[in-house]
Amino acid sequence: MNEITAGLWGLLFDGLWITVQLTVYSAALAAVVAFVIGLARTHRLWIVRFLSGAYFEIFRGTSALILMFWIFFVVPLLFGWQLVPMWAAVLALGLTYGAYGSEVVRGSVAAVAPAQREAGIALSFTSAQQLRKIILPQAWPEMVPPFNNLLIELLKGTALVSVVGVGDITREANLVRNATGDSAPVFTVILVMYFVLAFVITRGMRVVERQAKASIGQAPPKSGGITAKLGLRQQVETSQSAGGSS
Amino acid sequence: MSADSTPTDNINPAVDGSELIRFDKVTKRFGSNVVLDNLDFSVNSGKHVTLIGPSGSGKTTILRLLMTLLSPDEGTIKVGGEYLTHEERGGKLVPAGEKHTREVRKNIGMVFQQFNLFPNMKVLRNITEAPVHVLGLSKDEADERARELLDQVGLGDKADAYPSQLSGGQQQRVAIARALAMRPQVLLLDEVTSALDPELVAGVLDVLRDIAHSTDITMLCVTHEMNFARDISDQVLMFDSGRVIESGSAEKIFGDPDHERTREFLSAVL
Repeated sequence: MNEITAGLWGLLFDGLWITVQLTVYSAALAAVVAFVIGLARTHRLWIVRFLSGAYFEIFRGTSALILMFWIFFVVPLLFGWQLVPMWAAVLALGLTYGAYGSEVVRGSVAAVAPAQREAGIALSFTSAQQLRKIILPQAWPEMVPPFNNLLIELLKGTALVSVVGVGDITREANLVRNATGDSAPVFTVILVMYFVLAFVITRGMRVVERQAKASIGQAPPKSGGITAKLGLRQQVETSQSAGGSS
Repeated sequence: MSADSTPTDNINPAVDGSELIRFDKVTKRFGSNVVLDNLDFSVNSGKHVTLIGPSGSGKTTILRLLMTLLSPDEGTIKVGGEYLTHEERGGKLVPAGEKHTREVRKNIGMVFQQFNLFPNMKVLRNITEAPVHVLGLSKDEADERARELLDQVGLGDKADAYPSQLSGGQQQRVAIARALAMRPQVLLLDEVTSALDPELVAGVLDVLRDIAHSTDITMLCVTHEMNFARDISDQVLMFDSGRVIESGSAEKIFGDPDHERTREFLSAVL
């Protein structure tokens, strides 16, 4: 049995950085997909609802892992071009988690009281204005907790990419284990790494949630939080108004 | 009217007593339930009209049709001489596009039973958002007008509050200011005090009395506050089963109604 050297530990941290990048890029793509598909599924034209609904069912019902294999191994055969493993992985994860996310968007938008849209009509806002100014700002705080869950699922889902050769935490951990034959410390360390990442995501999303609720006049944000230190304008405004009324 | 005129061309904002709203053979059904039955009625500019009648008689449906929250199944509605949910194309009447309807609708404001303020906007922005983004007023202009209106409804100090920080009566007064900020010709009031605690009703009704007496806005009002209706109404329409069964001045309807059904209804609610 070999010692785990500093160099080998370094591999794990390289993997950690790849995992963070994968999570951020996939989440960005998933967010775009979630909003586009989620809103399309509430569209008044049936064809738009049908196509977006089909996307949702197909990508929810297929495995992210198989999709990743497909993008990585089948697309080159069919179309003759090869995505680098990193982007194949981001595409597969983003499209799949975007489908899950679209359900969150659709549900939260549907949960905004119909009377809010009626008030928008009574003020002659266009449909797009109603969505942008009234519906989405109210739906957003409802989306944050389920998005948090999905984001953590996505983080853990990035472990799939090790099978197409992306050097994320899981793949690097396997390399180290193969080199040393010492499973326990390596897997314990990456378990902790995933947990710490998930914990950071959750704390971040709690701040986002508090901010979102404050923006619709519920639960004012704690003063002196991270966002206050960053000097975000919204934070300052809402704490003032909350302070003024109490 | 010529096909190329913009919808607002024909509307004369001056109060000349001319016909402003016309329902022509309007029928509205919900499933097999006929809520409005071949309804004809008109309201002249500047008048304050109260719709009374038992629940389910179609009063609120009339306001919702005017606000285009519902569409008629049959018949047409005109506001200021323009079809509301129809357009004339090649001499034929066809269902109107969203743009046409929005133009005509700009002349109509509505206050809802449940206030329906936007919880994501502070009071001032609730009032200024539509004037700025729909009418194209400058932000300063809209702010100034909104503050005047807030003073008028007695909430000058609440501009920076969120709706959730206000009482029901305060929220409803903001909703009235919000509707007035669009400078509508017609104000629809849909049971605006029904959701309020009893002690908050008077404040809202005082604001509405003030508007009724100090402006020339045409008002269509569905209410269970019969004293208020008697105070402000030029005309009272008694509805039953989707039809107007009696119409007349407030003194006439509340004092000496012709119709037996009206008498029964009033004795039940007064």
